[in-house]
Amino acid sequence: MANDLINSFMSGPDENGRFGIFGGRFVSETLMPLILELEAQYERAKTDPEFWAEMDDLWKYYVGRPSPLYYAERLTEELGGAKIYLKREELNHTGAHKINNVLGQILLARRMGKTRIIAETGAGQHGVATATVCAKFGLKCIVYMGATDVERQAPNVFRMRLLGAEVVPVTSGRGTLKDAMNDAMRDWVTNVHDTFYCIGTVAGPHPYPAMVRDFQAIIGKETRWQLEEQEGEGRLPDTIVAAVGGGSNAMGLFYPFLDDPSVNIIGVEAGGHGVDDRMEHCASLTGGRPGVLHGNRTYLLQDEDGQILEGHSISAGLDYPGIGPEHSWLHDTGRASYVSVTDKEALEAFQLLCRTEGIIPALESSHAVAHVQKIAGGLPKDHIIVINLSGRGDKDIYTVAKFLGFDMSDTEGRTAD
Amino acid sequence: MTRIDAKFAELKAAGKKAFVAYVMAGDPDYDRSLAVVKGLPGAGVDVIELGLPFTDPMADGPTIQAAGQRALDAGMTLKKTLQIATEFRKEDDTTPIVLMGYYNPIYSMGVPAFLDAAKAAGIDGLIVVDLPPEEDAELCLPAQAAGLNFIRLATPTTDDKRLPKVLQNTSGFVYYVSITGITGAAEAQAGDVAPEVARIKGQTDLPVIVGFGIKTPDTAQAIAAVADGAVVGSAIVSQIAAGKPVAEVLDYVKALSDGAHRA
Repeated sequence: MANDLINSFMSGPDENGRFGIFGGRFVSETLMPLILELEAQYERAKTDPEFWAEMDDLWKYYVGRPSPLYYAERLTEELGGAKIYLKREELNHTGAHKINNVLGQILLARRMGKTRIIAETGAGQHGVATATVCAKFGLKCIVYMGATDVERQAPNVFRMRLLGAEVVPVTSGRGTLKDAMNDAMRDWVTNVHDTFYCIGTVAGPHPYPAMVRDFQAIIGKETRWQLEEQEGEGRLPDTIVAAVGGGSNAMGLFYPFLDDPSVNIIGVEAGGHGVDDRMEHCASLTGGRPGVLHGNRTYLLQDEDGQILEGHSISAGLDYPGIGPEHSWLHDTGRASYVSVTDKEALEAFQLLCRTEGIIPALESSHAVAHVQKIAGGLPKDHIIVINLSGRGDKDIYTVAKFLGFDMSDTEGRTAD
Repeated sequence: MTRIDAKFAELKAAGKKAFVAYVMAGDPDYDRSLAVVKGLPGAGVDVIELGLPFTDPMADGPTIQAAGQRALDAGMTLKKTLQIATEFRKEDDTTPIVLMGYYNPIYSMGVPAFLDAAKAAGIDGLIVVDLPPEEDAELCLPAQAAGLNFIRLATPTTDDKRLPKVLQNTSGFVYYVSITGITGAAEAQAGDVAPEVARIKGQTDLPVIVGFGIKTPDTAQAIAAVADGAVVGSAIVSQIAAGKPVAEVLDYVKALSDGAHRA
């Protein structure tokens, strides 16, 4: 598909929930009436000023929006090229962009009279955000989390439990985000009458990919006026960069810029141990092909029989064999480009940001920083890059310490050998 | 007329209810699975549902999930699943086989190639759990055009407004899911199922078969009595999971089919 045949990149999805061939509603019949009802409710809410007034109020006073757009001066100097801004989503309440979307979905759930909220989580950021908003509104919250992730994201598991959520470790498959999503859908199909499924990313059956994108688009909308405020009226970023697992923080930043052709859009996938035949990565676009999973058609890591592969990433939040369908479409149309960085490169970028800016980024967001680390030096000083710093890295310190050979139990702070 | 249509016409003429058995292809391995499938008609099974293994069976409970994983671990694929049907057809040309699974392995093979292969293997119908009527253009319509039945699930959440849409492109029979939930979960209740079956039969002439949550000969009898037949899956798969020899698995199936046929 050539770009000049498309009038707007912001008009999708169509009435069948498709972005080109991607997206759709590939769910069992039991769930169909529920997602049709959700779609109808969302369509009503979308044009209801009262709904958005409530969102704006919560975003401002509960989440702390707008999140700053911060000129990263020392990082810019260190890399010696493009001027780098960070969109500070890690400063949101609960420490990541996830809460932007959760608030929207929980307000919808309340309008629909649902009292029991379920969610899947990988790194635990979406689980924590959901548990948080459920606590605020007094709703029952059940979070499905792969057993592997329960182990590697222990601080977030404890946070969710403190917030009153029930965390269910999922042992099927390899015990990561994909398996958590399967079990959340099994719960939903069993408890259809009182349960709302709060999906954490721009994937799943229609209307989730569009709805989650719309709630996250606040990131890009703010970036637009904040950059003008600092760089002058009409100044757009030249390049915007975000990490992509399912892809919600990336869609949130990208969406408001899709129809600005001068803005170069880059999504960074998790390259794990390297994107090659060993499939030890989670780069669905660079290393997968189209398939159907979790309610939508999108690029997936799969074998030649169409069985889904597990993939690998050091970052639990990116450890998913699929990607939101709109990203698949942006990839195929060429409007956005997608690259991958390895675990090792992400860990280097993690440390770089700690040392140059005093910001500990999430391992997920470190992937975006790592790609900028590769390209910034070759770009002119008036080239503006915006990185979506989607989450903070406190939850990752154990993983990083282990990788760096630092013994966390040693109170003297010595390095383990 | 497919083998499915012929079988239901025959059962109707004889005043009998249908007993449908589900087994996962390749569970626990190709050879034992083929032996079980070949023995099903002799154990009173009227229609065979042959499960297509998938890594992410979102509508299935732990029993079927584990069966799919055992099959995949033993090297099962879509092609080998069709091979089981081919082998079965060498000995039995009347018992219908319905392939039941998820869309991705089929999509991965390519719909035209899949339909050719399925027809050649002697498959009569398809149940693809994650293809609701909204996605009929994907596989349902091409399958019907190729002469395969496309059997749809109707569920307790399928209300009267939606039911015509669900029935529209359905053929062979209608599979009523007795509970909201996953396979092998709560026990189906004939009292709850009867009015739902009547509701569906008010809108279609197709046979209505009930599945999910049927675990004993008595339940099979009670459910079959209020419908055109009953499906048992997880309970049979549990016998295979327990490592029972093929003959014992088939004895177990026979007890269930006797239950359904008493209705």
